[in-house]
Amino acid sequence: MKLGFTPEQEAFRGEVAAWLEEQLSGPFAHIRGITSQTAMAEERHAWERALGAAGWSAIGWPARYGGRDADLAQQVIFAEEYARARAPGRLGHMGVELAGPTILHFGDDAQRQRFLPKISAGEEMWCQGYSEPGAGSDLANVRTKARLESGPDGRRWVIEGQKIWTSLAQFAQWCFVICRTEEGSRGREGLSYLLVPMDQPGIDVRPIRQMTGEADFNETFFDGAVTAEENVVGAPGDGWRVAMGTLAFERGVSTLAQQMQFRNELAQIVDAAKANGAAQDPLIRQRLAKAWRGLQIMRASALRMLSGADSGALSGPAFTYKIYWATWHRELGDLAMDVLGQSGEIAEGDDYAFDDLQRMYLFSRADTIYAGTNQIQRNLIAERALGLPKEPRGTGQQ
Amino acid sequence: MQFEFTEEQRLIQNMASEFFRDRGSSEALRAALESERGYDADIWRQMAQELGFAGLTVSDAYGGQGLGLVEAAIVYEQMGRTLLPSPMLGTGVLAATAIEHAGSETQKREWLPQLAGGNRCAALAVCGRGGAHGSARVDAVLEDGRVHGTYRFVLDAQAADLIIAAARRQDEVMLVALPRDGVEVERHVSLDLTRPHHTVRVRGVEPRWELPGSGAAALDVAIQRACILLAAEQTGAAAEALDRTVAYARERVQFGRAIGSFQAVKHRLADMMIQVEAAISAVYFAACSADEAPATLPQMASLAKVQATETLTFCAANMVQLHGGIGFTWEHDAHYFFKRARASATLFGSVAEHQERLAVHMGLEGEAVS
Repeated sequence: MKLGFTPEQEAFRGEVAAWLEEQLSGPFAHIRGITSQTAMAEERHAWERALGAAGWSAIGWPARYGGRDADLAQQVIFAEEYARARAPGRLGHMGVELAGPTILHFGDDAQRQRFLPKISAGEEMWCQGYSEPGAGSDLANVRTKARLESGPDGRRWVIEGQKIWTSLAQFAQWCFVICRTEEGSRGREGLSYLLVPMDQPGIDVRPIRQMTGEADFNETFFDGAVTAEENVVGAPGDGWRVAMGTLAFERGVSTLAQQMQFRNELAQIVDAAKANGAAQDPLIRQRLAKAWRGLQIMRASALRMLSGADSGALSGPAFTYKIYWATWHRELGDLAMDVLGQSGEIAEGDDYAFDDLQRMYLFSRADTIYAGTNQIQRNLIAERALGLPKEPRGTGQQ
Repeated sequence: MQFEFTEEQRLIQNMASEFFRDRGSSEALRAALESERGYDADIWRQMAQELGFAGLTVSDAYGGQGLGLVEAAIVYEQMGRTLLPSPMLGTGVLAATAIEHAGSETQKREWLPQLAGGNRCAALAVCGRGGAHGSARVDAVLEDGRVHGTYRFVLDAQAADLIIAAARRQDEVMLVALPRDGVEVERHVSLDLTRPHHTVRVRGVEPRWELPGSGAAALDVAIQRACILLAAEQTGAAAEALDRTVAYARERVQFGRAIGSFQAVKHRLADMMIQVEAAISAVYFAACSADEAPATLPQMASLAKVQATETLTFCAANMVQLHGGIGFTWEHDAHYFFKRARASATLFGSVAEHQERLAVHMGLEGEAVS
């Protein structure tokens, strides 16, 4: 068990920090510190290309697909330096952290050659087509359908249905979509994992305005949308297994980058508390200390989870990590508002647009809902990790 | 950077786990509590002498194992699963660390091998009438070469052959060694039967020897290291409370179903696991950080202690609740866990005290709660 870094690793840190500083005080100074998912998307796409060109976009990937074969320590260092430099939120997140690893593990060679270099180069952005109006926590209740038909360039999948909560769909060139490809199938059977180009007449993306006033999420309608026959990851009908594999990648190194963002947020709250005197309040001090404690625990849990990732079996923190960070972050939002006091209720300008901490307070309400609600997480922990009997299922499934 | 156990650490874990599973049954616990000493001398001899658990962190130059806090935490976590009483924390961590940090070469050579080998026991007496731990709160005095004071909440004093006591000489906190027979030791009936408190009354006793090093620094290090190992022990107890409650929820049937199939029950068990995992992370992060960078020990001690306290308090309370009526009986072990949780929560400082220290560490100046 070792937490420290070797001199070689510290040298790597220096290299990362120097590159980030040069870029973010030079050509990308105008997007430094942007945490919003949607703001300045075009400039942030350019940033993705710059990361890609310098080989910093997907450092954990094999070199032949544009990565650096970076080990865990290097990925930890990169995440730390990325946050320290206040580099912008990754527009390429869905491709680098979800689509890419899924294609790498479950895809075939042709798919790897076609998609991975474009992701790591920052060329193609991705979004995720999982949830539907009738398939939220009960994800296997997917009703979007796809069938193979002959087209002008050979056989292709034709897709009908609706996805929801598709983050960043308005900026994405590709979407990975779970569809029902076997007529009459139910639940986890008969699903396929399709890769679908977004720029086509059969796809309509409509933003959903959320409680922050912004629109990070969308509804995505598929009305005769098409994708080539070969763009199915894994065998047709085996989509559930692939989709669950993708979710496992959410527990990957991107958690480290997220933690660094959390650390920046806590630092902002501490600064605010010092500035307005809240730091003298014993109850606020206790809560700030508790937040700091949670941050150390998340770091340790992520390192446990990632250090043990090669052993195959899911370790304890892999089960508990999502609900832990989501709940922690939601409490951080409450703490931020209690520190800010009534000033936290006022926007700077004339629009319904708030600063980082205010937005975080509102957005963190989504943290305990998306990617498995806290209630679903507790079911997973109880049934998969603790081996408790399953809740009897209703028969009213459509 | 690799945050998982090494091969050697796994071996220690297996050895400790096997030993405590073999010797730490519920019957063994109850027999130990019934005995006059309050612990099983034979189990303690095996732990201390055969397995070297008494001197885990004592340096090998003085007859200890010379291991880090990570390795020691592994053993304490396994021990915590059994709630077995023994003088291990008082002798092997508190007293031995104080001697190793403040003792002279001769004192260390004479005493540490005895303590590390389990041949003799020692206790550390710090708390004054206020009951607070830590060097700042010592209220016994050393005047004209004699110690006057009443020490409360002393661990393992009954078994001690030597008492290392803190006392003020003018403005300085000194550590002295008191002969066991010169002082009055009262063993209290304590809420937590597995870790009885003692009061040690010292009325003008001449120390056998003085420890030349800084008493304040040695006390703080000893208590902070003990915090991390107590946290490891709390974590083990919490994990055991979870395991036993899960087993019960799988077999207990009501309304024609195992109660563990109801979300009202399974979600609570899930919350217990979330707490246990948080404590494991906190304890090993703290132990590993303090081993690699000793300057981080004060905040790491508070981090581990606060999380493990929250975890065990939550898990032990839910162990009682989810066992229903049987969990309220003397016959069931749940009350031992519940009471251990309560006593461990205040031992070496409350959650609020430790969190206030963390607040100061974060750079929040202001009126620290005294």
